[in-house]
Amino acid sequence: MAKLECNGLTKIYQDNRKALDEVSFSVETSGIFGLIGRNGAGKTTLVRILATELEPTQGSASINGLNILTQEDKVREKIAIVPQEARAIRWMTPKQTVFSYLLWRGYSMRDAKRLADESLIKLGLQQYANVLNSKLSGGTKRKVLIATVMASEAEVIFLDEPTTGLDPISRRELWEILRDIGKTRFIFLTTHYLEEAEQIADRIGILKDGRLVSIGTLAELRKSSPYQYSIKLPPKTQVPPLKDAAVTVSQSGYTQIMTHEAEAFSIARLLSEQGIKFSITPVTLDDIFFHLVGQKVRENHET
Amino acid sequence: MKRNRLSQIFAGVLVNAIYEMKNYPIVLLSTVISPLSLLAVITFVSSGTLLGTAIQGGLIMIFFSSGIALQSDLSHLKNDFKLQDMIVSSPTSSKLYMGGMALAEIVYSIPGLAILIILAGIYLQPSPIQILILTTVLFVMFVVSVAIGFMLSTFSSDVVQSYAFSRLLSLLFAALPPVYYPISYVPAPFNYLAYLSPTTYAAEIMHSATGYLDIPLSRIIVDWAVLLGVGAIILLVAIKKSRWKDV
Ligand SMILES: Nc1ncnc2c1ncn2[C@@H]1O[C@H](COP(=O)(O)OP(=O)(O)O)[C@@H](O)[C@H]1O
Ligand SMILES: [Mg+2]
Repeated sequence: MAKLECNGLTKIYQDNRKALDEVSFSVETSGIFGLIGRNGAGKTTLVRILATELEPTQGSASINGLNILTQEDKVREKIAIVPQEARAIRWMTPKQTVFSYLLWRGYSMRDAKRLADESLIKLGLQQYANVLNSKLSGGTKRKVLIATVMASEAEVIFLDEPTTGLDPISRRELWEILRDIGKTRFIFLTTHYLEEAEQIADRIGILKDGRLVSIGTLAELRKSSPYQYSIKLPPKTQVPPLKDAAVTVSQSGYTQIMTHEAEAFSIARLLSEQGIKFSITPVTLDDIFFHLVGQKVRENHET
Repeated sequence: MKRNRLSQIFAGVLVNAIYEMKNYPIVLLSTVISPLSLLAVITFVSSGTLLGTAIQGGLIMIFFSSGIALQSDLSHLKNDFKLQDMIVSSPTSSKLYMGGMALAEIVYSIPGLAILIILAGIYLQPSPIQILILTTVLFVMFVVSVAIGFMLSTFSSDVVQSYAFSRLLSLLFAALPPVYYPISYVPAPFNYLAYLSPTTYAAEIMHSATGYLDIPLSRIIVDWAVLLGVGAIILLVAIKKSRWKDV
């Protein structure tokens, strides 16, 4: 029962652009699910459909057994979202922001006040509670929005690119907060920072051009990837003969060989015998993503 | 959980009016300026004889502008803050959200409204029947302008959704037509043009009810018919075209 399930979700926008193409998957609604993909992959479209903001062209989905199309009202009781590019309203304070959202969800004034205070404290925002949102830093503003949805009873929380545009320190602070929230509720987040998914997501889905190309825990993604190991060679090193591997050379001249376990170890043996310096590591999410999506995500990837 | 509907409506009033007025008190002043400045001009130019109609004009302008302003406020909150997306994905119904936002526009006008009501009490001294007629007309006027606002918000044009556009509409429909003075002051053919604006019909009913305009009962009936008819049509179109969930 406690699952989020998508069945052939397809979205074709009015200008005939296909943003989602038969997306089907199922994830447990606990912990953190990270949906990754490049800009334009269809992440926002998928999230907006699941959060009952956007009609799919075809297909359906359910959240904890409730159909997002036929039981829309019931779904809306259980969810909350911080949309991509949502902003805390300028003329309000964090306390007013959280409080008014809770009133909208139908809490009494007294409950809304209490829950707003609690949520602000939980996110370490108490010293900003009565400062205008317009005077807060970018990271703090984002935390205000997360405190807002967190304060509610929603058990499924959608966060569309919650850390985009934040500095690395604020981002890490948010990760801590999200990890903590993920212990008691289900967070469905999208990101194009692979490190973010690697750091905080329990399960990861990879979206490419509106199709879901892979889904699972990082270990599962690694296992299902054709290559499990990555070997890096310094510039100007002779690449040994390869049977089944993918080779990329970065701008700085480093060669990366991705291959499966047996070949990786035989290459490693060969390189050590020749006294060539190299490093060998399991593939990262970055490597898997690069291989599946076949497009550059890091500037130092060059074919 | 049991959800409190009053809370759900009040949230809109807080966000779209009270918080802005509380945190930026300067807006209190701006909501008073435009109805009162026209009132002052008409009163001075007429040596005080038209103060009575000017007060009614100010009231019409406030209710009409409030409804129109709803449109740009809704667009602003939806597009620039993504507030509406957050609300759609929550247990708040579109009716409670929109209702709260519309009510907020009236609350936002309370400073100007209060001054005009005090002036009306002093200079018009309306009878209970007159009070009933005036408030009914103003309420219908507000519903009409809210409906116009909604209908416009279905156009996804940046120009239409801008504050400048709603100011233009307020001037076009509440300052240009004869609402601050009786239509009998407008020479032909301009008086015919005035009937293109729903506010003209509202003003005719109010001005005749308070004795500033002498017109036959048949015309008052026509005024009511036009006001209610136009309101109903625009409201239906708006409800039919407006969307809560995107396609
Ligand atoms: N309202 C819309 N109308 C038409 N096309 C859209 C609309 N929203 C998004 N798209 C298109 O759909 C595709 C997926 O967009 P989106 O879901 O926003 O991707 P992501 O969130 O992964 O960046 C893109 O090609 C985008 O241009
Ligand atoms: Mg997006």
